[in-house]
Amino acid sequence: MLQLCLTVHTFFNLAVITFFYFSRKSASFYTSIMAVEFEGGVVIGADSRTTTGAYIANRVTDKLTPIHERIFCCRSGSAADTQAIADAVTYQLGFHSIELDEAPLVQTAASLFREMCYRYREELMAGIIVAGWDPRRGGQVYTVPVGGMMTRQPVSVGGSGSSYIYGYVDSNYRAGMSKEECLKFTAEALTLAMERDGSSGGVVRLAVVSEQGVERQVILGNQLPKFSTV
Amino acid sequence: MATVSVRQYHRGGFSFENCKRNALLEADINKLGFSSPAARKTGTTICGVVYKDGVVLGADTRATEGMVVADKNCSKIHYISPNVYCCGAGTAADTEMTTQIISSNLELHSLSTGRLPRVATANRMLKQMLFRYQGYIGAALVLGGVDSTGPQLYSIYPHGSTDKLPYVTMGSGSLAAMAVFEDRYKPNMEEEEAKRLVRDAIAAGIFNDLGSGSNIDLCVITKGKVDYLRPHDVANKKGVRTGNYRYKHGTTGVLTKAVTPLNLEVVEESVQTMDTS
Repeated sequence: MLQLCLTVHTFFNLAVITFFYFSRKSASFYTSIMAVEFEGGVVIGADSRTTTGAYIANRVTDKLTPIHERIFCCRSGSAADTQAIADAVTYQLGFHSIELDEAPLVQTAASLFREMCYRYREELMAGIIVAGWDPRRGGQVYTVPVGGMMTRQPVSVGGSGSSYIYGYVDSNYRAGMSKEECLKFTAEALTLAMERDGSSGGVVRLAVVSEQGVERQVILGNQLPKFSTV
Repeated sequence: MATVSVRQYHRGGFSFENCKRNALLEADINKLGFSSPAARKTGTTICGVVYKDGVVLGADTRATEGMVVADKNCSKIHYISPNVYCCGAGTAADTEMTTQIISSNLELHSLSTGRLPRVATANRMLKQMLFRYQGYIGAALVLGGVDSTGPQLYSIYPHGSTDKLPYVTMGSGSLAAMAVFEDRYKPNMEEEEAKRLVRDAIAAGIFNDLGSGSNIDLCVITKGKVDYLRPHDVANKKGVRTGNYRYKHGTTGVLTKAVTPLNLEVVEESVQTMDTS
């Protein structure tokens, strides 16, 4: 019954059909996403803006998608592509987990994303950060950018807004931060990215994934941390 | 004799070869002096809102072919299942056919499960079909309904991405309609308030967008009941002519009159009886 995009061979679109008078684009998340490892879990965060051209189609998007009970992915790039990939990987991982009769590894989820993103790299536009907790290796962050590479990093940023915060992240990240410090770090980094990147904005969605489970929170626009008023 | 086996590549999925050809043709056709056929589009305003007991879907009723109105009263709110309806913007044929296909599949699915279909199921089926066709099916949909998990509203884009939201607008008039929603939407509205809000949002699209016009259709879906109000509001009544262009006999004076009788001979006459049994 499930129609999967696993065996679809698609060709790169040369023609874009116009049906909206104001835009010719598909919905995309040119976005800001981030994930940080800490002792006992991971903190993930994202902005909440989806655009079609210059119009914000959804200003409260949830880009932190659960793939399994303690594995999440942060999505950036084409909305349709990342939703389809995430649905396919959720199915594959769920099946695999039932076969194994135990919780899947974060590395497995990341590998599944990598397999799909690399195989269909010409047709897809998807930058994904996979983050979660498993009993074997604790909190892990894997990044699968456009093109389909996969690598594990203690802290990873992605999306169009990430370009503006590499300096902030490199200078402010310390190994061995606590959960609260990680949350503050992520919230501040994403706020700075949203401040400067036109394609990012809305609210900051945060989630903490650990052995105890998932805690989600939202920081509304007027509650974001304030920096210098330039 | 050795048999050579060649690994056949899996030839699944839709072939987009013709899309490349169409793109090249479209580029050259204007040079040859022809114009490419215009698809009938519903340059449209469609919207939906979740209220206390269910969802209200609204749509205008104008269908355009280029800059000409092809249908002044077309129906853009399509039936998916007894508890799920779908508004469609974009290419009229695409929205019509897509919703019919998913409606059939959902009915079969519902018979198989023995339960009332869920809105999320219709959403999955629509998004997976639209993604498979990579945006070439120009159907932008607002899907709404009430099922065992409560009232839900989804917006579905032609490339296959979906958003689950309390209020959505789509189509060329979506910006005008969204302005009304952003101003006046409140969670847990009453039915009359929700209907008024949707009516005003569609009216904003009709009066501020050239691609939308004519009447306002509404569809109110609650648990166990669907009110398909077509038309809910005739926003554009055709005006009554104030003047009369008929002239009385004798208005124009006759100067001369010449009569030439035509003598026609009956050459052949044949009668064919029609079988009216």
